[in-house]
Amino acid sequence: MPKRHVIKQLSIFVNNEPGRLAKIARIMKEEGIDIYAFNIAEASGFGVFRAIVRDPDIAFQKLKDRDLVVKETEVIAIPMEDRPGGLFEAAAVLGEVGINIEYGYAYSGKEGAIFFIRVNDTESAINTLLNHGIRLLKEGDL
Amino acid sequence: MQFWNKTIETMPRKEIEQLQLRLLKELVTRIYEKSHYYHTLMKEVGVHPSDIISLEDIVKLPTMNKTDLRDNYPDRLIIADPEDIIRYHVSSGTTGKPTVVGYTKNDIENWSESLARSFTSFGLGKRDVIQVSNGYGLFSGGLGMHYGAEKLGAAVVPASTGGTKRQIELIKDLKVTSIACTPSYLLHMAEVAESMGVDFRNDTRLGSAILGAEPWSENTRRHIEDWMGIKAQNCYGASELSGPLFTECNEQDGVHVWGDLCLVEVIDPKTGEHVGEGERGELVFTMLRREALPIIRYRIGDISEITWERCACGRTHPRLQRVAGRVDDMIIIRGINVFPSQVEHVLGEIEEVTQHYMILVDSDGALDKMTVQVELDPEAFTDNILTLRAIRSKVAGALKDTLNVRVDVELMEPGSLPRFEEKAKRVLDRRVRM
Ligand SMILES: [Zn+2]
Repeated sequence: MPKRHVIKQLSIFVNNEPGRLAKIARIMKEEGIDIYAFNIAEASGFGVFRAIVRDPDIAFQKLKDRDLVVKETEVIAIPMEDRPGGLFEAAAVLGEVGINIEYGYAYSGKEGAIFFIRVNDTESAINTLLNHGIRLLKEGDL
Repeated sequence: MQFWNKTIETMPRKEIEQLQLRLLKELVTRIYEKSHYYHTLMKEVGVHPSDIISLEDIVKLPTMNKTDLRDNYPDRLIIADPEDIIRYHVSSGTTGKPTVVGYTKNDIENWSESLARSFTSFGLGKRDVIQVSNGYGLFSGGLGMHYGAEKLGAAVVPASTGGTKRQIELIKDLKVTSIACTPSYLLHMAEVAESMGVDFRNDTRLGSAILGAEPWSENTRRHIEDWMGIKAQNCYGASELSGPLFTECNEQDGVHVWGDLCLVEVIDPKTGEHVGEGERGELVFTMLRREALPIIRYRIGDISEITWERCACGRTHPRLQRVAGRVDDMIIIRGINVFPSQVEHVLGEIEEVTQHYMILVDSDGALDKMTVQVELDPEAFTDNILTLRAIRSKVAGALKDTLNVRVDVELMEPGSLPRFEEKAKRVLDRRVRM
């Protein structure tokens, strides 16, 4: 049941230098990959480009074939428009059961803002959030 | 433990040094009398053969290097009478004129003797079948190994280079027990064998390889030994010194340099002064018994260290550690000598990164700043930045431990650093010179 609420994210290792982002964007375009949302985490010297895309499994294979260092990772999508303070509530609920949010980023979807979060235990997080009546999006909802 | 010449190989250090002094005196007298070049040179620096009273007096003699050999092309440094020369080897320099090495009968004899002792020291003997896959011809590698193996009484398969599939068939069919070649050729051979469905462990009797003629590392040794199930022995030599000359014994703890044939000094490449025993520096060779082409205080450009500590095998002659780098490749960071080969070694020990790297040196105010860029192993990639940071710290820590210099590390995307076909240029020195 909770598996349905898992959103697959692509994480790509990139050098932290000018033109890297343009290169990734170009490859995505050439391969016909639709990006819904992305985020870049930087450390000195390198970065991780994270993207939510249409048909992630197919996109993953395409990027791998282009010799990018890519991994599929799992995130959770929380719609923001439902209730004010929804994100705070979600964070509090997860905190109570000891689930750690590693990072998160927002995306303005066709039905409003969505917040993607990456946690250390995706399955428990989904169960906890659903049990607290917090709505989560599925891949098809994006 | 087998010895080829036990009396000499286990001679006490004092006796080796006495012998070296006697041979050095004879050599200096010979070149002073027979070589116009050396006679003039020694007069210029004001040294006479009678000035060589102790072994330390060797420092009174001028050093020589490859340029001296080139400048005296083809045979102006050769002192033997033409009728006594029985062979020439010629090395094609990458720049300028080639160098010519002539040999008398005794020169060939001493060269073969050196290798026969070395081969015995890791267990080869008359029953062995040795495939020589070094190049035969003007290059001294193939014929040197060939004569050494024949001297030993082994059966030689003079395969030379190329025709890899055929070489593998020969190893199988002729029950070859040892092979002499370069480490990269052996690795290539192992790959081809795999594609042919030949398993070195089960389908051949290969027990050892004698590897040299190009730089290689301990990591490569382990890789070869694990993959092929053989002992990979390091071999040291150079065309100017005759060719391949010395190998490690069974202990694999440094190359035994036969002191009755060759005197090796270790100097500071900048000052030219001797460094302490066990300290790293530039190797300087004097070939004590050479007849055709005298090699005296020859600065070969390799950086390493020697020890006189008695080897566990019982041999007493000095042992040469694996070459740490070339003088030309040395970079000085905040007064400390750093070699790309050291960086390569450290990176080879860390699973999460590959062997593709670059060294960048910049000025940071008045100080030097060293950055190592290394490609991340795709397997080690994770979405977790903290884990990636930890990998970077691990690499930086390991480099600091080995080099004694603080190093900035940048993890790079696989495939993003330059690839080198032949001579790698992995150092980019961007320092501002005042
Ligand atoms: Zn030994």
